[in-house]
Amino acid sequence: MKGCYIHSAVSISAQDSFDAKSFDFKILENTVEKATAIHPNYRDFIPPAASRRMATGVKMGVTAAKRALQLANLEQPDAIITGSGMGCIEDTEKFLNSIIANNEEFLTPTPFIQSTHNTVGAQIALGLKCKAYNNTFVHGSLSFESALIDAKQLFQENEAQNILVGGVEELGKEFVDYVLMMETSSNQGIKVPFGEGASFFVLSSEPKLGAVNIHDIETISLASENDIIERMKVFLSNNNLTSEKVDAIIFGNNGDSFDSYYNNLASTLFEENTQLQYKNISGEFYTVSAFGLFMATKILEEQKIPSAMLIKNSFKKPLKNILLYNQFKGRNHSFMLISK
Amino acid sequence: MNELKLELKEKIIEQLNLEEFTVTDIDDDDALFGDGLGLDSIDALELIVMLDKDYGIQLTDPKEGKEVFQSITVLANYIAEHRTK
Repeated sequence: MKGCYIHSAVSISAQDSFDAKSFDFKILENTVEKATAIHPNYRDFIPPAASRRMATGVKMGVTAAKRALQLANLEQPDAIITGSGMGCIEDTEKFLNSIIANNEEFLTPTPFIQSTHNTVGAQIALGLKCKAYNNTFVHGSLSFESALIDAKQLFQENEAQNILVGGVEELGKEFVDYVLMMETSSNQGIKVPFGEGASFFVLSSEPKLGAVNIHDIETISLASENDIIERMKVFLSNNNLTSEKVDAIIFGNNGDSFDSYYNNLASTLFEENTQLQYKNISGEFYTVSAFGLFMATKILEEQKIPSAMLIKNSFKKPLKNILLYNQFKGRNHSFMLISK
Repeated sequence: MNELKLELKEKIIEQLNLEEFTVTDIDDDDALFGDGLGLDSIDALELIVMLDKDYGIQLTDPKEGKEVFQSITVLANYIAEHRTK
């Protein structure tokens, strides 16, 4: 099995993560319903002529991707793979509202052109003049994981050596309000704010000193809480691990009733392990697991854990491996195992 | 006429997201395409829709568009002559 090494990781999120200097991330206020990203200066990365047609998600994705390439000292990747659950929802809303407002007349081309899910991947490629393999996965809350699996398969088949992989989501202006209305109407709904962001990684089949390796990823569409325990045991066994040998587990808790999936694992297999969470600092969105992977990578690199992420049990150095488990509404489960 | 020119400049900046420009940056006789404002073919489509929606002018001949969109002055004159709303 070929390695899948993270040569660089960049994230634009609700935290000051783009430069990631302080690593002192704060818990988002639960009273805030939408957590917008902290935006870097996009003019440093995108020419004005190009940026004027870009919506928030495209700017975040292109900038995070460019920065990731810079940090990895890579000019041209062998593939660009993007994951996005909602795509460019901002322009989709603009275009659809314009259809209604103008009675299906006077439709302008820009929001329509930019409203597709693969706009981010395409704009990254256009900016780089990169004609390599370019794919966007739109699989709800498994969009980013699907992109990662595709990258690992390309490495396995010797189709690529360096791949740019990322997950992007923008809040938009309207659709998110309907989702929020549904979530807040029930006391079992999502409690963390809805968020947005872009996290990009340069992955390589070539090892690099100190680079974090993505050992394994598994996705499961539907599973009961007990199924997840069994599937996790098999996943660990396939990677020659037992739960005791996992240095930290990062759960995707968002405060809704489906957190029982995490609680079940936490109180059985991983009771003695360092337990972490990240959606309390990033907010919830379809490709938030990319931010989870960014944080896990930084934790292994820095050997530090932001206190806002700790759920239970302190940690012991050295942290050598981290397991991530995420699900959304009891569906689209994913396990990711990384190590340094 | 000056009011119409100012209105056109404001609409062009807003609808084409010309973030770097203010109305004072656009001279009445600046070329809208090419070396002037640097607009492109997608912008041309946006301008055609704007003429139809805001002034009731339908441009159907591409050659006509090339002449009409030369500059703010030419565009304002054309609108003043042909507008239906």
